[in-house]
Amino acid sequence: MRRPSKSALAGLAVLIALPFIIRFSLGGSERYYLHLLIQIFIWAFIYTGWSIMGRFGLTSFGHGAFTGIGAYGCVLLWNYLGLTPWVGIPLSVVVAVVVALLVGYPCFHLRITGHYFALLTLALTEFVRLCIVGLRDYTGGSLGTQPRRYGDGLSIYAIQFETDRVVSFYIALALWLTGLAIWIWVDSSMDRYALEAASQDEEAAASVGIDVTREKLKVTAISAAMCAFGGAIYGQYQMYIGPDTIAGLSVSLNIVFAVIAGGLWVMLGPTVGAVFTQVLSEALRVTIQSTAGLQSAFGSSVLALDTLIYGLLLVLFIIYMPKGILGTLLERRQKKSVSSRIAPVSAA
Amino acid sequence: MLELAGIDAGYSGFQALFGISMSVKAGEAVAVIGANGAGKTTLLRVISGLLPASEGTMTMDGVSLRETPPHKIIATGIAHVPEGRRLFPRLSVENNLKIGAYTPAARAKFVDRLGFVYELFPRLKERRAQLAGTLSGGEQQMCAIGRALMSGPKLVLFDEPSMGLAPVIVAQVFELVRRIRSQGYTVLIVEQNVRQVLKFADRFYLLEAGHIKASGSAEQMLASDDIRKAYMGL
Repeated sequence: MRRPSKSALAGLAVLIALPFIIRFSLGGSERYYLHLLIQIFIWAFIYTGWSIMGRFGLTSFGHGAFTGIGAYGCVLLWNYLGLTPWVGIPLSVVVAVVVALLVGYPCFHLRITGHYFALLTLALTEFVRLCIVGLRDYTGGSLGTQPRRYGDGLSIYAIQFETDRVVSFYIALALWLTGLAIWIWVDSSMDRYALEAASQDEEAAASVGIDVTREKLKVTAISAAMCAFGGAIYGQYQMYIGPDTIAGLSVSLNIVFAVIAGGLWVMLGPTVGAVFTQVLSEALRVTIQSTAGLQSAFGSSVLALDTLIYGLLLVLFIIYMPKGILGTLLERRQKKSVSSRIAPVSAA
Repeated sequence: MLELAGIDAGYSGFQALFGISMSVKAGEAVAVIGANGAGKTTLLRVISGLLPASEGTMTMDGVSLRETPPHKIIATGIAHVPEGRRLFPRLSVENNLKIGAYTPAARAKFVDRLGFVYELFPRLKERRAQLAGTLSGGEQQMCAIGRALMSGPKLVLFDEPSMGLAPVIVAQVFELVRRIRSQGYTVLIVEQNVRQVLKFADRFYLLEAGHIKASGSAEQMLASDDIRKAYMGL
């Protein structure tokens, strides 16, 4: 087992102390900044879950379905059957995993990869969204729905914590750390080599004894479980779930964009992606809403402007920075340290 | 060791092998020769389970291979050095070898076998941290052979090891195959370079348009005027 480095421990200490740092330095807008951080952690967990399979060339646009199943499963079981999320969340996660395996098995068995895999998973997302909209009597349709509030909104039994931002912060932090632990666990397993090999040459991988279908299913199950779990926690924190925020194509696209922006192949890449996208969308929202000129030029459609900028950035990232922000930075640093080691030799 | 009887196989809408029967005994080096498109590569793909046979029986030390999924073929003692080497280009040399020892039985012997492969191919040890895709053609062939040996096979299948290599490298690659042979491995090799392969093969099968047209010892082959003219240009 890897021992955590000193800088990692120091970073963790800062994160644990963060709510207090914010309270003393930014007291007035404490709730706002905590909210931003909580969002970042929850999404970073979901993004990390996606990249656990995405890094092996399994580019899925279906994870908006898994977050949706997690969030809606948990809330509907609570609202209509009174089932505590302690049971509802595991049940929803199991459902998401079963769906992932049902879609994954034929894909992997028939060697569907690349574009076709992406399209197939895209259809899954749309299917789940249509189910949610179609069952509007229960799900609230495209308007979304809310988990029934239990007591004063702070309850272990109902896993409701949104009213206390500090508690929410620590829950989100723990969630994110769990995501990193799972990433490290997969990364240091033999499955990782098997999957890397399979993503580079499936046939050669099979001929050295790798059960490619099984390995892919394993990692897909882990990934879907994480996203469903993250989706459920997101719903419990927001106390509102809707197809646009937690289930559907826009969620799938956000996940893929954020991970590509942050860096797909490094552990903290998805986290950097979460920081980047959350801060970006907040900044765009605030700037656009407070710029009178834009409002008068575009009217209310100005609110869609951040989506447009988002899409543009995605294109730019894929073309100019395929390794993402963190991936590119780490590569630069590595090159620098290599060249500084080589330089004296070439000079002599 | 390896027995094939009446094997048919093909791709959708097109049959590539017709009633192939052949055998490889322990310790032998057997060559399958034939022109482009004769079905040589298909034959090896069928043996290692990458392409299912549609008819016939196929056993390795008595274990039926037709019912064995591709990832379990290696456990029967067959390792495949595929056409075009098929390394994992973005993994290091050592990780390619590590993947070669993927099966649980092989993992237990990983350290010993890695030492053995590095002893056999010191060049691989020098390049162990390099990405396999950046190796030269000859080194890639070494790496592909090393990866196959990591599973501790009894029978090594070579698919056109000389393909796409410069003539001087081709001679080196056959030297590698000969070295593998002298280590006690049984070898089944598919080649177009008949002259080179007959230097060390004990027996041969001649494959023509999916049928076995002739077989015998290497001497018999060299003695046959027809075959010499058709395949060696002599």
